[in-house]
Amino acid sequence: MHFGPHLLLAALEGLVTSAVLALTALGLSLVFGVMRVVNVAHGEFFMLGAVLAWAISTAISGHPALSFLAALVLAPLIVGLIALVSERLVLRRLNYNPEATIVATIGMLYIIQQLALTFYGPEARPVEPPFSYRILLPWFGYSGYKLSIIAASALLLVATWFVLTRTKIGLVMRATQYDSETAQAFGIPVDRVYAGVFALGAMLAAVAAVLIVPISQAHYLMGQDPLLLSFIVVIIGGLGSLRGTVVAAVLIGLSDGIISVFFSPTLAKIIATLLVAMVLVFRPQGLFGTASR
Amino acid sequence: MMPLLTTKGLSRNFGGLRAVDGVDFALMPGEIRAVIGPNGAGKTTFVSLVSGRIQPSSGMIVFDGGDITNLPAYARVRLGIAYTFQITSVFANLTAYDNVALPVQRTLTDGRSKGAVYAGAMAALERTGLADRAHMPAGQLSYGHQRLLEVAMGLALKPRLLILDEPTQGLADSEIDNFIGLVREIAKGATVLLIEHNMPVVMQLADRITVFNAGRILAEGTPEHIRANAEVQDAYLGTTP
Amino acid sequence: MKEASPAKAYALHLGVIALLFALSFVLPEYHHGLLARIMVLAVFAMGYNMLFGYVGLLSLGHAMFFSAGLYGAGLAVIHLGWSVPAAFAAGLACGALLALVIGVLALRTSGVAFMIVTMMFAQVFYLIILYFAAWTGGDQGLVVPQSARVLVLGDTSLGLTNPTVRYMSALVLFSIVLLVALVIVRSRYGRVLVAIRENEERTKMLGYDTFSNKLAAVVVSGTICAASGAAYALLFGYVGSTFASVQYSILPLLWVLLGGAATTLGPLIGTLFMYYVVDITSGYTSAYLLIVGIALILLVLFFPRGILGTIRQRWLGWLP
Repeated sequence: MHFGPHLLLAALEGLVTSAVLALTALGLSLVFGVMRVVNVAHGEFFMLGAVLAWAISTAISGHPALSFLAALVLAPLIVGLIALVSERLVLRRLNYNPEATIVATIGMLYIIQQLALTFYGPEARPVEPPFSYRILLPWFGYSGYKLSIIAASALLLVATWFVLTRTKIGLVMRATQYDSETAQAFGIPVDRVYAGVFALGAMLAAVAAVLIVPISQAHYLMGQDPLLLSFIVVIIGGLGSLRGTVVAAVLIGLSDGIISVFFSPTLAKIIATLLVAMVLVFRPQGLFGTASR
Repeated sequence: MMPLLTTKGLSRNFGGLRAVDGVDFALMPGEIRAVIGPNGAGKTTFVSLVSGRIQPSSGMIVFDGGDITNLPAYARVRLGIAYTFQITSVFANLTAYDNVALPVQRTLTDGRSKGAVYAGAMAALERTGLADRAHMPAGQLSYGHQRLLEVAMGLALKPRLLILDEPTQGLADSEIDNFIGLVREIAKGATVLLIEHNMPVVMQLADRITVFNAGRILAEGTPEHIRANAEVQDAYLGTTP
Repeated sequence: MKEASPAKAYALHLGVIALLFALSFVLPEYHHGLLARIMVLAVFAMGYNMLFGYVGLLSLGHAMFFSAGLYGAGLAVIHLGWSVPAAFAAGLACGALLALVIGVLALRTSGVAFMIVTMMFAQVFYLIILYFAAWTGGDQGLVVPQSARVLVLGDTSLGLTNPTVRYMSALVLFSIVLLVALVIVRSRYGRVLVAIRENEERTKMLGYDTFSNKLAAVVVSGTICAASGAAYALLFGYVGSTFASVQYSILPLLWVLLGGAATTLGPLIGTLFMYYVVDITSGYTSAYLLIVGIALILLVLFFPRGILGTIRQRWLGWLP
């Protein structure tokens, strides 16, 4: 293959990674932005989405598209419900104290992960894609499903952006983010906003996982990498900034493939992690975002 | 005589707002100087600049002949500039003794004998009348006593310049009388810069008064002089006869 | 108040050391070995507590200091053939140096950012160990040869593989660190650290350079953790990347939370308790980390002061 088509292929693969990463990181970013909670269990919600997608698609027999669609709707809802319950039972009782909630979400991480190990087991299991149409480009054929991931993610991102900036729900969320005490005084049910945002954040991770699971596999430890990458994206993009998150996700997703060509994956991770740590040390507001309060 | 503290063209902007705007100020050693002015006139910003809690946008600060504009706050404290907070911020979970022992042990240069810390801390507590409450957690002291503890901590630093930011706020009248006595006592060994809203206290204590308005010095002089100044009446007291 | 009962506090600590000494002669073999390991790990917890409990800095990356000591000592023996004391010193030096560098960088941040930055630096350290698998053994780890694990003191040579020697070495290290910790927290420096935890801004305005004080605390904490790691490599003869993983940054936090942050004996109690709980659970299920998760949440929710912290608050105010 010539250089041009090769680059196109790498870019497409990178965009698929970016698409999933953007959704996952957006969930983390929303939770931090509105609630000031760093959710270390975010990757486990991602994993739970994939594992549930496997469970649902195996439970429902019939055309793969049907069972996948069921998983795409049900898995995020179940994950959202679990997040809602854990928010009520744990985070709320801690008054959203930033340091205590980090410790608590570390606890959630272990609980969710180990329960998945207990009930789902240590195996990696595949999920059948809803359709296996290949788009024939002049130089190579490309999975139509992968392209649909990019489209679906873009659609969801636009929808989230619309909700955040153009609807009353978004206004309420932004008011809470800006100043929760004043919002409370103006009759905004801050408490319920927090619960909703936490569930929404988890659901975004779960949707991302359901989308990616047909081309990857469901495994109980699969939450670790998305967590680290989401942290990187959110820090580079600026904590709590939607646009920064998407830009950073595309940047990281595209460069991930390219860096891995030149360096070993481990060295790539070392460099990326070190760079991000340095960003946090010297530019805590991120490269794109404005100063967080 | 050389001033203990001078500022030249000292300014600080917050966004577009000039909270302190080109202030030239001089304070003589041994003086009790009161700084008055309406809310938002820049008084607290001004003393925060002097104590180093915030950095100036421009201008310079000279203390005892040396330029301290770029010194961090803790280094200024070591030179002898002590600052007591407007909002009481004693260490609520530590005992009154520990609160005072912290500044005392900082000033001890020999760094050896445990007795020295104890003696120094108890002396500062005695001066403020808190000795019998030494073992109470500071958070359990009454509000008035917490204000006194704040002053005791400032005293324990053996400052050459003690900055008191609204020290009598929230005190009962009887406590204020004691307080005036205490400040006079302190002024025998240190220069005092006092931000105060309570005019009777200012009139009783201050050798000179500086009036701030909109980030600038509006007037400066003896209490009698300030009382007679029509401009001050207008800006601050708001009672043009 | 602290000054009121120095004798009581020292007596209690010496009593605990004496008890651990006596236990060496009565414990059955299995528990004897376990307790030696727990004492070494309790040193790790004490190092963590120095920063988390007394300065209020919550690090999520202390595994890197532990494994700096672990690999510093272990690799010095394996690749350079150094003697046990020299290797132990090498481990300490690695930990102290790493702590100094990490401290200078991470202390520019605070709160949540400090937690994430320390976690990321530890992750980098972990990945570096994997990357240089040729020297470190990667995730397989390396065994420190038995023949090299001999402590030569004058004419006598003590094999660190001998259970009694191992137990007593662990006890000596534990006792030294415990007493050093006790002296530090009762000193003027300890008072400054607590003041920084309670209100850093106010501490600055009392003339303290809080950055330098915090940096010193990071180095002390990192060095103690490295001592634990170095001892672990030399006494138990294994170095592996698991000890650098994020799990080993979470465990000392859990041990300290459980035993009681800012108490001198809390780390020992927390480590002892948790180690046994995990040891028993792992006999029944491979998902024993579930216990760690549940314990963390229950502690944060209902028991934030931990065991000794609660005892001190309710009954024994003089506990250091």
